[in-house]
Amino acid sequence: MRKLIAGLVMGTALVTTSMAAMAETPKNALVMAFAIDDIITLDPAQIFEFSGAEYAGNTYDRLIGFDNDDVSKMYGVIATSWDVSEDGKTFTFKIRDGIKFASGNDLTAEDAAFSLQRVILLDQSPAFILGQFGFTPENVKDKIRATDSSTLVMEVDKPYAPSFVLYCLTAGVGAVIDKEEVLAHEKDGDLGHEWLTTNYAGSGPFALNKWTAGESLSLTANEDYWDGAPAMKRVIIRNVKEAASQQLLLQKGDIDIARNLEADQIASIESNPDVKFLSKGKGALWYLGLSQKNDYLSKPEVREALKYLVDYDGIAKTILAGRAQIHQAFLPEGFLGAYNENPYSLDVEKAKSILADAGLGDGFSVTMDTRNTTAIMAMAQSIQATWAQAGINLEIIPGDGKQTLTKYRARQHDIYIGRWGPDYQDPHTNASTFAWNPDNADDATAKPLAWRNAWNPGAMTAETDAATLERDDKKRAAMYLDLQKKVLESGPFVIMFQETEIASMRKNVNNFVLGPSFDNNYYRFITKD
Amino acid sequence: MFAVTRNARDGRKRARLFSRTGASVLRIIFSLLITFLGLLLVTFLIGRILPIDPVLAAVGDHASEAVYQRVKEEMGLNLPLWKQFFLYISNIFQGDFGRSVLTSNPVLDDIKRVFPATLELATLATIIGVSLGIPAGVFAAINKGKWPDHIVRILGLAGHSMPIFWLGLMGLLVFYMKLGWVAGPGRLDSFYLDFIEPTTGLMLVDTLIEGDMDLFWNAVSHIILPASILAYFSLAYIARMTRSFMLEQLSQEYILTARVKGISEHRIIWRHALGNVMVPLITVIALSYASLLEGSVLTEIIFAWPGLGLYITNSLLNADMNAVLGGTVVVGAVFIGVNMLSDVLYRVLDPRARR
Amino acid sequence: MNSHTTTVKPGLMQWLTSDTPQSRFQAKCGRTWLGWLKLTENKLAMIGLSIVMGLILVTIFAPLLAPYDPLAADLANRIQPPGAEHWFGTDQLGRDILSRLIYGAQYTLLIVGLVAITAAPVGLLVGTAAGFFGGWVDAVLMRVTDIFLAFPKLILALAFVSALGPGIENAILAIAITAWPPYARIARAETITVRKSDYIDAARLQGVSNRGLIIGHIMPMCVSSLVVRVTLDMAGMILIAAGLGFLGLGAQPPMPEWGAMVSDGRQFLLDQWWVSTVPGIAIFVVSLGFNLLGDGLRDVLDPRGGD
Repeated sequence: MRKLIAGLVMGTALVTTSMAAMAETPKNALVMAFAIDDIITLDPAQIFEFSGAEYAGNTYDRLIGFDNDDVSKMYGVIATSWDVSEDGKTFTFKIRDGIKFASGNDLTAEDAAFSLQRVILLDQSPAFILGQFGFTPENVKDKIRATDSSTLVMEVDKPYAPSFVLYCLTAGVGAVIDKEEVLAHEKDGDLGHEWLTTNYAGSGPFALNKWTAGESLSLTANEDYWDGAPAMKRVIIRNVKEAASQQLLLQKGDIDIARNLEADQIASIESNPDVKFLSKGKGALWYLGLSQKNDYLSKPEVREALKYLVDYDGIAKTILAGRAQIHQAFLPEGFLGAYNENPYSLDVEKAKSILADAGLGDGFSVTMDTRNTTAIMAMAQSIQATWAQAGINLEIIPGDGKQTLTKYRARQHDIYIGRWGPDYQDPHTNASTFAWNPDNADDATAKPLAWRNAWNPGAMTAETDAATLERDDKKRAAMYLDLQKKVLESGPFVIMFQETEIASMRKNVNNFVLGPSFDNNYYRFITKD
Repeated sequence: MFAVTRNARDGRKRARLFSRTGASVLRIIFSLLITFLGLLLVTFLIGRILPIDPVLAAVGDHASEAVYQRVKEEMGLNLPLWKQFFLYISNIFQGDFGRSVLTSNPVLDDIKRVFPATLELATLATIIGVSLGIPAGVFAAINKGKWPDHIVRILGLAGHSMPIFWLGLMGLLVFYMKLGWVAGPGRLDSFYLDFIEPTTGLMLVDTLIEGDMDLFWNAVSHIILPASILAYFSLAYIARMTRSFMLEQLSQEYILTARVKGISEHRIIWRHALGNVMVPLITVIALSYASLLEGSVLTEIIFAWPGLGLYITNSLLNADMNAVLGGTVVVGAVFIGVNMLSDVLYRVLDPRARR
Repeated sequence: MNSHTTTVKPGLMQWLTSDTPQSRFQAKCGRTWLGWLKLTENKLAMIGLSIVMGLILVTIFAPLLAPYDPLAADLANRIQPPGAEHWFGTDQLGRDILSRLIYGAQYTLLIVGLVAITAAPVGLLVGTAAGFFGGWVDAVLMRVTDIFLAFPKLILALAFVSALGPGIENAILAIAITAWPPYARIARAETITVRKSDYIDAARLQGVSNRGLIIGHIMPMCVSSLVVRVTLDMAGMILIAAGLGFLGLGAQPPMPEWGAMVSDGRQFLLDQWWVSTVPGIAIFVVSLGFNLLGDGLRDVLDPRGGD
């Protein structure tokens, strides 16, 4: 179990007598290295970060969920069943009996109604996911209500596609929280928001033990979980930013799972017999945003040519190496209506002739705001090289993540290379940002990606809105397929890859579940040999 | 002018700034206050010209425009700059440093959490540095011009020339990865993180309080490498200063008198000369300690050490200005405090300085 | 004319080593020459000097010395170990590390040079003004100096670079901002010692303006101590610059700045240690060179300092 090591350090001749180091982690505890410094809150009504979503996914239950392998299959979690009224505007959920919160309180329809109302009332970042169905702080208490202790009724303002509404409820904002517990900690009418930011009031398979921002997050198993207690009694997540450090910790057996290894680390431990991998396609897309404020980029020919000037294969194989697959439409594979063909590939000659036809045979110069992380920088440099072959001089402007994003959001870029993750599992999440822009003015009130790139998608805005009201899933899928093809052809986006998440773990770890988004990565089934 | 090396010279000047002989207490407090306000103003202005949107850290990239605007207002960012600064200062005087966006804790709580980590590392490094640096300096002075002197000199210069982030990486590579003699980044093994309640925040002390020797040795195996690396830098400096102070003393007349009197060489060096050298050395040690307490950003990054330097840097890169400002105040206070303390000690211990 | 050139050598030697210099200039040159002789006796200083000279030569002849294009990526040959083809191996984009080291020398030199010529004059100006005028000018200027001194250097530099945006120019500016306060203090101290001296009074009686006094009479007196101090600081500047590069805030890719190269190699530290190790050694050697040289210079210019 324990090995004694003598430390002779740095030639100081300082000998420490004996230092114990754990050779492996205990059988009923899971230790994981994960970059969790993006967590800024633990309140499900505010959580909008990847690792925060994963925390909520493991500690809070939602009304409904979907099958990770076939997202079209929905199942009840806290709700046992649901009905949609004839006019498509009233949703009724039956609440499961016998669920208890960590506090010991019973979970009722009242808690579910309160949780959803609270999202709208607090109006934090993810509130729009529910708000888009016509809920406002003024009307939400009437529109979402518990009619008795096991019935939740929700009235939306338009006859939306039921799948749209239901998918939104599977998102983090659908988490059911303990009304009594939260209100006991209310301060100045904040619905317990300040308290819940660093505390816990849920009913999920795990409960919060301790969160130390930027350092660690630890969970304890809920022994009374209605769907069976997890085998791991404790989950300790340590914030480790460096991929190389994660690799080491994993190799040394200090941790069971490393979450953020990059291509090179994975290649280096691939042959290690103590390590195995689990991968799952995620919803996040890598893309270039081409600002239409730039005179060159606003030419349709240039937009088309640039799509032929990315070495999709080369980047996927060397730089991303297993961490992404080529994907060029705005809906990631796995989404309803996703278009999985990839019509563009590197073709310098073709791009050159398109540019020549547009009178740009001599090329031009543009800049690209690039986040200075290894993978993005390497992608940018590859793109720089292939564009140079067509005479386009690409200047990379590196910056810290928040810095490049600030510039992008202010429409001050030429080109932005970035990553976009869907907010919920319904196709509208990406359609409403890639193909929808009701107001292209600088002071618009809605600022989707199309707006950031100063692109007016014309009729597509209305078509996107129409697709949310199509109640036949087949027809709805066809509408999105059409939108994707149009954006692919004329849009200011060079969508390149869909992300694949790879978890690297010790051989003895079984049944870790990765889902299409971070809130469907589950720890509750994990066992260790 | 050049009797002492640049750092000590600076340091003494820096130290005396705040407690010039003859200056009244009031004047000292006033000048301290001005320095602090200036420190805050500069930090504040830097925060405001950062090309990073502070609201972004709070709401994320996907928030709706309405939420964005509301939060911006809540953060007071739509007020004129002078008003923002005024508000901030008046809050500080009420003991409120605001909340960090990144950790959603009050900044003071965060600092209470991260400062002990830096304190522990700096203290251990200073202890190692002093206990090796002074003997090395004395040894070099005794053997002036011979090979032990040259070795100490070269080692010292090498210490001043080594990129610390690189030395840290190499240390990890050799002693952790290849040899496995010490533990890796962090203050404890991941699994132990849960088992320790921060009483003092100093891991070595807390583990002893809980009486868990496994945990204690685990903490030791984590701190020893970063502490040794930081110690090397303070060692290089302390050894060099000790050497030059010692040489100054050894050429004094009283040493000659002592030798004539037949007092043993050993006693002359370690008692008489070193005794006199201790006084100026205190300033040197205090200075090196103060600079370590400011948080060695690079060491803390390499060793994933959750200390003050890492906290300020992280906050800065996310435009989390309350946290940056709070951290800067602490760093400034530590710096000024240690300097004043060493100056007071200097004057108490050294009769010549009391003039 | 001809006879002059033939005798210039012994003549020059005599002129330099003359016990009875005919002019101030000759005395000054003589002192410099003696200093140089003393410096050449110091082996360590000579090693330092040759390292610094080496750095300058490598910078000048980089295109001739480098076997490859330092920016040419070759993804098929990523992270190759050191060998006959690539003496120091290749990095994560398949670029030759040796070539990048050679081209990287210019950034190190550029940073050190530019910081020195920006920070020293600023410090000189602030310090002499404060020392010369005294009173509230002194109080205000020194308070500002204190404020900058109270910041931890790297964090201040970091803050400025984040504010101005990453890049080598801004890194240089940020290092200069952190470097000037000590120079101001030195210049002020020197000014205070000379401002009451007779020749300053004499100059003032001749009607020389305040500005003329500062620039023409006081500043030159401060220069020699500043030069020593700046040389000694150069190693520190290199390390801060490398630190900024390491944090991704210094020279930006694809520039082969050494600190950034160490940072790039971190992710391969375990298996491909050379990617990080080699540029780290380069930083160490060059900064050691400046330290050795500075140390020797101090011995020469200030006999009490070294021993």
